[in-house]
Amino acid sequence: MNTSILKNAIFVFAFAAYASAAMAEGSASDEIAKYREMISDGNPAEFDEMRGEELWKKPGGPNKVSLEKCDLGKGAGVVKGAYAELPRYFADTQRVQDLESRLVTCMTTLQGTAEKDITAKPFGGDNYKPEIESLVAYVVGQSKGVKMNVSLKHPKEKEAFEIGKRIFSYRAGPYDFACSTCHGKDKQRIRMQDLPNFNNKKDAQAAYTTWPAYRVSQGMFRSFQWRLNDCLRQQRFPEPKYASELTINLTMFMAVNANDAVYDGPGLKR
Amino acid sequence: MKIFLPIAVMTVAGLMAVPALAADKTAAELDADAVAIIKRDFRDKGIAKVERVNQDELQAMCTKYLDNPPAKEAERLQAEQEKAIKWPADGKYLGDWKAGEKLAQSGAGMTWSDKPDAPAGGNCYNCHQLSAKEIAYGTIGPSLLHFGKTRGNTEAMQRYVYGRIYNAKAYNLCANMPRFGHMGILSEAQIKDLVALLLDTESIVNK
Ligand code: HEC
Ligand code: HEC
Repeated sequence: MNTSILKNAIFVFAFAAYASAAMAEGSASDEIAKYREMISDGNPAEFDEMRGEELWKKPGGPNKVSLEKCDLGKGAGVVKGAYAELPRYFADTQRVQDLESRLVTCMTTLQGTAEKDITAKPFGGDNYKPEIESLVAYVVGQSKGVKMNVSLKHPKEKEAFEIGKRIFSYRAGPYDFACSTCHGKDKQRIRMQDLPNFNNKKDAQAAYTTWPAYRVSQGMFRSFQWRLNDCLRQQRFPEPKYASELTINLTMFMAVNANDAVYDGPGLKR
Repeated sequence: MKIFLPIAVMTVAGLMAVPALAADKTAAELDADAVAIIKRDFRDKGIAKVERVNQDELQAMCTKYLDNPPAKEAERLQAEQEKAIKWPADGKYLGDWKAGEKLAQSGAGMTWSDKPDAPAGGNCYNCHQLSAKEIAYGTIGPSLLHFGKTRGNTEAMQRYVYGRIYNAKAYNLCANMPRFGHMGILSEAQIKDLVALLLDTESIVNK
């Protein structure tokens, strides 16, 4: 584990030095592309994937059982390719779930962990790495190379997509922002950061298939729920409840728009 | 404004495979569901309270028409926004451009990670090019480089810029620019500093 921390530090340092030297030439995402080349295929998210795999397989929670019976949509225990088909409708809970809400379901029903113990602090910080985040890294890594195939067959799935689309353009708050203020037109930037347009299939595909991701500037793996949480902060909105229907519907909207692209996460971001 | 038309076209072309509506709910029902979920699934954090998701009439209209409202309704609301602008009592619009540049650089303000007593910045560089020296600028808004040099520094222009910053929606109902004065984000003095940043002949924006 020590080597991984050291390695993380090196990654962060290399990026900081590199980005500041090269920033003058282009947008932040150009720089990330060059940085990725420089570290030649390495992604520190691999450490999170390894920790997540361990957590998935070892007995845990008050019930001391593993998550190997967890059904992520392709049957109990099937992890391979599962993320590329999420969010989806689950008959047992009778609702559409994204990966993180589904992990909460499995951790509570199989392992007996109290829901609030998972959702109270679901994102990592200094010296704190929640289990659910590493589990996310493991599961999404098992869809690398799989084509995105999120279904709209079930009426609840269609509904989640339609509602997500509406939430995406809902303007409110002191700045009158919606998601679409920053992500509704092609080729826009905030400062140097390129903003994907989620109404444009190509942009949606490129963005969605590279999240969750290791964020170099924070030296940390980040889940998709974290991404939404931080964008809503920048939107000057209040905080979305973790793995709520609100966040699942938004995710459904973006995931469907990313269909047919090959999933390529965990990604590597600024 | 017509700039959102291409998006509508793109949505239809790019996402053709997606059925327009859920089988069992009307568009109006889905609208209502979306609002109910938004009202339920947020919680207070720091200065960002749940009340923030309640829309005023303008926000509701821009949401409903995807930023392209019918002209008649837009005109009425736009006129209301204009009437509510509080113009400087002393009739002066130009402040200190250097203070304005500092404000323009700052992206702080109004998020749940901002402290209650911390002053908000202008966020201007987040969306606009302003001075030639600052290359880290955003493109959500038009470039304002050499704004005063090209538009002049007349009193009418000063008043226009003051009004735009105070309430961009008085000029274009669903503009993507925040209403800095109207929403109490920036003070009268701060807006004057920003007017100077754009129009003062000495300002770096005009160099
Ligand atoms: C005020 C601006 C702003 C708003 C509003 C906003 N975002 Fe973002 N978003 C950003 C920025 C800036 C980035 C890039 C962040 C970075 O590089 O650190 C980003 C990145 C993203 C990404 C990852 C894209 C990628 O290619 O890595 C997703 C997904 C996303 N936003 C979704 C949303 C959703 C959904 C909403 C609304 C709930 C939203 N955003 C609202 C500014 C915004
Ligand atoms: C979130 C994005 C955003 C922010 C932040 C923002 N603007 Fe804007 N601004 C815009 C957009 C978009 C327009 C175009 C308005 C329209 O479509 O009517 C605009 C237009 C303007 C105009 C009118 C330009 C013209 O040609 O007449 C001025 C002046 C202006 N902005 C100044 C500012 C200043 C000063 C600040 C900082 C206090 C600021 N803006 C912050 C997005 C933004």
